[in-house]
Parts: sequence; structure tokens; C-alpha cells
Amino acid sequence: MSSNALPSWDVLTKHGVFPSGNHDEVARLNFLTHLNVHLSSQILPGVKTAYDKQVKPAIIAQTGQEPTSRHEVRMHMLNNGYFQVWSALRRNTMEMRHQAARSQVLGQIEGIVENVDKACVDDVNLQLDNSISIPPNVGSVDIHCQPGCYYQEYFENDVTVAASYDLGLFVTTAGLLGALSDGGGQGIANWLKTQHPEFAPKRILDIGCTVGHNAVPLAEHFPHAEVIAVDVARPSLRYAHARAKSLGVHNIQFVQANAEDLRQFDDGSFDLITTSMFLHELSHQSLPKILKTIHRLLADGGLNLHLEQPQYAGMDVYQQFIRDWDTYFNNEPYWGPMHELDLPKVFAECGFDPNDLFDVGVVSKVDEKIFGKPKTDGEDYGRSPVWNALGLWKGQHAKMRENAA
Amino acid sequence: MSEVKKHLTQSEKINLAGSKAKGQRPYFLQDKQTEQALSVAMTLAMELSVVKERLSSLECMLVDKGVIEKGELDQYQPSKEEVAKRSLETQAYLARVLRIMQQDKEELERDDPDMQTVQDELTKW
Repeated sequence: MSSNALPSWDVLTKHGVFPSGNHDEVARLNFLTHLNVHLSSQILPGVKTAYDKQVKPAIIAQTGQEPTSRHEVRMHMLNNGYFQVWSALRRNTMEMRHQAARSQVLGQIEGIVENVDKACVDDVNLQLDNSISIPPNVGSVDIHCQPGCYYQEYFENDVTVAASYDLGLFVTTAGLLGALSDGGGQGIANWLKTQHPEFAPKRILDIGCTVGHNAVPLAEHFPHAEVIAVDVARPSLRYAHARAKSLGVHNIQFVQANAEDLRQFDDGSFDLITTSMFLHELSHQSLPKILKTIHRLLADGGLNLHLEQPQYAGMDVYQQFIRDWDTYFNNEPYWGPMHELDLPKVFAECGFDPNDLFDVGVVSKVDEKIFGKPKTDGEDYGRSPVWNALGLWKGQHAKMRENAA
Repeated sequence: MSEVKKHLTQSEKINLAGSKAKGQRPYFLQDKQTEQALSVAMTLAMELSVVKERLSSLECMLVDKGVIEKGELDQYQPSKEEVAKRSLETQAYLARVLRIMQQDKEELERDDPDMQTVQDELTKW
């Protein structure tokens, strides 16, 4: 077999509430995985060629200058035939992934819910709060075209949206996130282990945890720490809790809460606060509120780390434009606005010392036994195991500490 | 607000699997219907891939169980009767897939009237 062969969805670790896949369901997910890889590796490079050879010269001919913004590029690219077909295929592939995953989950949802229910009964590690409403940044559109987003329940105690998200992550990442799709959390744990082995947080907060896939590696890496994972979405938390429990992880409390207001936790009561691909799901109003909460909750000398794609500043307009595709065409409306923010300024307005901020490449730990050696030589618009992380150590020695590391 | 459902029916599940995500869907091709046809074609491509994989699995199982030899399927020679049966099946299959072109051809040949003309004619009588 060629070394370019992709892994099958079937090699994913089957935790206690993971949906099973029959022959044809697995074949469907594998087809979609291959289609995603084909689109990004074989067809997407042609979009750049179409820009260089057709669209950019046309813009220059029309305006007398090179395009100055990603929006200008997008307006012209929308009329380019190659871009149109690639975009139509990409959008459609995303929709097919959701239908395939949802159909697979719905076919066995009663059994999954039964297992989730069993795990949730009288367990203090799951704290739901019916008063939590879905904020506009989560409810205005279904994020990345996932019908029902992370929070919709189609019947009593339903977890369809969480289970289909969990099983579908593989399809867009082709296994690069590992057998538990937890590469983000593994990346953070891996970085702390190698760069800051002395760091031993007693309390960890993971904000916007969805199915808990990134909180679990942290809880495993710091088995004596108390981990709090918060999200607004009830079905995701119920599923996340059962998932973690089935993996033998018992030091995470899954708490239904809006991170704009975590008044139940004391000032300075967390040593590590993380988010994974979360900042771009917020809004200009919620982002500073959450950063202020983080500032209040983080202990002096504590670490705040956000896995997030890099900011647009300094990138050429084509790079910005292609990274911005999800903003307009994959229901990620805050992706673009977030990536053009002056983040040091926003952090400063929320009480942090912007000089404490650092960027670091976090390498997702990929299960090499199953997936072979991961590529670590570049990014692929969020599909690569190298994740950009933005962080800070709270306090005056923070910058020095990171430089030393 | 309606009462929370206790369970879903089979048809509710089929509909929910294909639910649309909230938020207007962008169309990229100049003609929306062409993009919809592309979407149908991609889904058929997926289903064909699934069937090919299922056949491949069946072949592996037959080999494993000693029913056929590895590679035997590729060497299989259908009988004369089987070839004739397959030919008719293939012709019918193609006719089904390309029905729209057959019907367009018939209409061109026949010069069919449009409904408004027929209606106008009928109301005159």
C-alpha cells in the first residue's frame, strides 16, 4: 500500500459513547475524508493560480493598482469560474459530511443517549444550568454549517449534535488530530511537558469545551489538577462528560455556563486557562467580556493559552482572502473580524499587560502507531497538526519566562 | 413552545440528517440549479464509491471463505446468455439515466405544443 494512503475512520478510538459505523457508513466517511484532501491538495492550489493569472491582472487593469484588501480580492474572485467550482465543491462537501454524520448518529441515537444518561445520573462532575441561554454569537447561525450547532436537542436528552461533531472531526482533518480527535489538547499538554515541565497547575479552566476533547488530555497530563470545562451547550456537555468518564478521566467538572460571567469562581482561582479554536466564535462584545473574566480568574503567574489561527496582519491579501473563506461561506461570521483585531490592544483593555503576550507553534501529538508520521512542515488553513497558540503568563516575569523557555 | 419530544420517528430521522444549517446558503455557480445538480452528482459519486467498497469487501469475504480464488472475479467469463442479459440491463440503465435527453429529442421531433396554446385552443371550442 502506498505511504500516501489515508487512515480509515474506523481506526478512531471507540470511547464509551462514540457512535459505531457499519460498512457503508464508514465507507461514506472515508470517501468524504478523501474528497476533502483532494479538494485541498489537488484543487485548491488552482485557486491561487486563477488569482495570479486571471483575477489579479484584471484588478490591476481595472484599478491601476494591486488589490489592497481581502474583500476586494473576494469580490473579484466570486466571478472566477475556477474559484466558483472549488467553493461549490467545498461547501457541498461540508454539507455532505454533516448529513453523513447525522444520519449515522440518528440511526443509533437511543443507545448513545442511554449510555450518556447512565454516566450522568447523580454525578457531581456534570453541572447543568437551565438558566443559561444561547448567546447571539452562538445562536445567530449554525457554526461551520453544523445543523443544530452544538446546542440543539431534537428530543428529550438528545446528544445528536455532539456525537455527530465528534465523529465528523476526522473527515475534515483526515486523522491529523489523532485517534480521539484531541490534537489541540494534546498539543498544549505536549508543549507544557517539554517547555515548562515545572509548571504544575492545581486548577485548570477550559472555556468553550464542546465535547471535551481538548480538556481530557490536560486532565490526563495533570491528574492531580481539578479541571473545570465550561460551555453553554447542554447536549455537548452531557456527551463530553460521558465521553471523559468512559475514558477513565474523572478530574473534570463539566459546567454549563457562559464564560462572560463566571461569578461562581473566585478571583485568581485558576493556574491555567485554555481555549481551543474558540476566540473566532465570539463577537466584539463577548470577546473582551471573556478576556476580562479570564483576567479576573487567572492566578498571578498563571498561564492563559488560546489555540487559534494566526492574525491576518502582515499576510498578503490572497492569504487573508483564502483564510477568510470560512467567514462568508462556512458560517464562521466572526472569523474575519477576529483575525483582524489588534489583540494586544484588546488584551490590554481587559487588564493584561500586552507585553506578556507571546505566540508559539503548538504541535498536535498525532497517534503515529495508527496514522504514521504527521506532517509538521507547514499549515494547511487549520487542517495541519501545527497550531498557532497565543498566550501569556500573568505577571511581571511572564515575558522573561517565555523567552527563557 | 411545543412539548419536548420523547423520541424520533424513522422519517423524522431521515429529515433531520439532511437538515439545513441556520444561515443563508451561498451559491457560487452562476446558475443555482447547476450548483444543485453538482451537489446531486457529488452525492451519487459518494454512493458509487460506497458500493464499490462494499463489492470489494464481498470479494474479500468470498476469498477468505474459500468460495472463490483471489483474482478469480477479474477473470470471470459470463455465459453468452448472461452477456445478452447484461446488455439489455445496461441499455435500460442508460435509458433511465439519460431519460431527459431522450424526451427532449422526442419533443424536438414532434414539435409538441405548449400548454397555454392548448388551453387557448380548448377554450375557443
